[in-house]
Amino acid sequence: MTGPTATATQAATVVGTPALNFSIFAFFVVVTLVIALSVARNNNSATDYYAGGRTFTGFQNGVATGGDYLGAATFLGTPGIIAIYGYDGILYSVGFIVGWLLVLLLVSEPFRNTGRYTMADVLDLRLKAPSVRAAAALSTLVISLFYLLAQMAGAGVLVSLLLGVHSSAGVDAVIAVVGMLMVFYVLVGGMKGTTWVQIIKASILAVITAVTTIWLLSRTGFSLPALLHHAVAASPHGTAVLSPGLEYGKNTVSKLDFISLALALVLGTAGLPHVLMRLYTVPNAREARRGITWTIWLVGVFYLCTFVLGFGAMWLVGDKKILSATGGSNSAVPLLADKLGGTLLFGIVAAVAFATILAFVAGVTITASASFAHDVYAGLLRHGQADPADEVRVARISALVVGMAGVIGGIAAKGVNVAFLVSLAFAIAAAANLPSILYSLFWPRFTARGALWSIYGGLISSVVLIIFSPVFSGQRKPLGGTSSSLITDPHINFAFFPLNNPGIVAIPLAFFLGWLGTVTDRQPADAARFARMQVRALTGVGAERGGRSL
Amino acid sequence: MALFQPSRGSVTGAATFQPSRGTTDSTEASQAGRGTASGYEAVRASRDFWTIKRRFGSFVAPACTLFIVWYFLFVIIAVFAPGFMRISVFGDLNVGLCFGLLQFASTFAIAAGYRRWARRRLDPLADRLRHRLEGGRGQ
Repeated sequence: MTGPTATATQAATVVGTPALNFSIFAFFVVVTLVIALSVARNNNSATDYYAGGRTFTGFQNGVATGGDYLGAATFLGTPGIIAIYGYDGILYSVGFIVGWLLVLLLVSEPFRNTGRYTMADVLDLRLKAPSVRAAAALSTLVISLFYLLAQMAGAGVLVSLLLGVHSSAGVDAVIAVVGMLMVFYVLVGGMKGTTWVQIIKASILAVITAVTTIWLLSRTGFSLPALLHHAVAASPHGTAVLSPGLEYGKNTVSKLDFISLALALVLGTAGLPHVLMRLYTVPNAREARRGITWTIWLVGVFYLCTFVLGFGAMWLVGDKKILSATGGSNSAVPLLADKLGGTLLFGIVAAVAFATILAFVAGVTITASASFAHDVYAGLLRHGQADPADEVRVARISALVVGMAGVIGGIAAKGVNVAFLVSLAFAIAAAANLPSILYSLFWPRFTARGALWSIYGGLISSVVLIIFSPVFSGQRKPLGGTSSSLITDPHINFAFFPLNNPGIVAIPLAFFLGWLGTVTDRQPADAARFARMQVRALTGVGAERGGRSL
Repeated sequence: MALFQPSRGSVTGAATFQPSRGTTDSTEASQAGRGTASGYEAVRASRDFWTIKRRFGSFVAPACTLFIVWYFLFVIIAVFAPGFMRISVFGDLNVGLCFGLLQFASTFAIAAGYRRWARRRLDPLADRLRHRLEGGRGQ
């Protein structure tokens, strides 16, 4: 089982056996494909396609939401940051878990009770303005595309690491094939198929993470202090890895940058369109609540495992080896798996990482296509009078288009460091979506004008600040060992906004604009609509229920 | 859930509104809005609804304030007072690591606590109001 492996970590070589990696991955694809096809029957109504017929239990949806949330950036990225910078990686992941409380306490139940398929449904129930629906659809599409691009570009690195494909055309072909495969899942399986893919992926991910963690801990006699001790001894930074500051503590700008990121992480989760859309796959708000608590357990325990894995990689692999490997810090976990369990464990971990990206692509694709078909096509172009069958057809076509855009974008962005796109997607979600969601649900005076100001203000300010930030141009110091700015030429520098993450400016600005747009609005808020919103949000009256009665 | 006994008067506002004819459309005003606007207003004015609103607020507002303040306390200390985080608690285990783990513990605790609390304190009231509005129809 633990045969000798190539210890090569140089860019041009591969760890493990590509054939083994590939067969494990192919096994995942076949299993999920069979399931997607078998649930594909009776998948033609809008509720089936967008919301899986609202038949999933809270537990199932909780696991699927965890699957939707835990992308490769989490599985590979977080332990990687810990392996290099130690404590700062923990700092980073605390925001990811705490943000779920906002989803649970403020958003999940009212959202499930007042919407049907998309975020725009909720705003529309409250404000009844096509322009708000258009704005919400636009921000959903922008966030989804950011996410999709980040995942697909990450897939490129992984392909060359796992499958031993190194020629540029070969990697492109693999990205295209797997991207189309995922779009096929979405087309055939709809939300039901996508949800099952997420459930399977999340379960495999959880099991593998747990097994690797236990395996690692068995090396130190299940002693966490011993593990930390070994990690400190192996790191060139010594005990500094056990306290904050290695990555974010350099200067005032990097400190502010971290606070900005923290704000985006804790407020962003509740505005992520693919997380919000998942709330509609359960029969009622109670199951939505139950689901989110399961997600919190799953994601929380997962992150706790990644801490152990990160320090384990620091100890057993060492940061020099990690940074020089293909994919930089992202390779920490696969390399650790290789150290622990040899080729087989490496193959499994690598295949799981790859499957993670693919399932993620499916989840984001269905969200983006639903928003286009339901909000733009049915809501705006057909003024809510679209034939449901037509709407689903449009959703399938847009899934195809979104998937293609993801594949093309992924191929174009291959080799460019786009990992930061994920945290930026959080910042955009927190700035563009969260203020209008919270105001709609809880503020009686909120008007359509406030919503437009807040959505466009948040969307435009965050995107513009990103463009003029060091992530786009002019950054020299690499983050996580790989190249830094999107434009790598150091002579091109238009980064006048010093922070990598726009959250600290864009999020308060969007909340302020939502307030300002409302209080300066001559049209008063519709009191009857707010009454209806509030009664529905808290009691669930009028909410579309699922096929399963409770 | 079923064992919950209503503690306060439950016959408030019940007679003053038209029950809706069980609409399932949740976005279109044309069906749900006009027909039952007075119904929603009446429910909103009822004592049960007032209770559910107050209970929801009395849990959610402090809980949100608590976890946001607690989280940013962690972030601010980590960023501006890293020396505090380096204080050893036990061997290599320092304040920072404990603080980080406590963030997870508090998240789990708030989530589990809310789920339990909502099942006992919100759900029975919400069910009653919903049945009343939907005229006894529904699942």
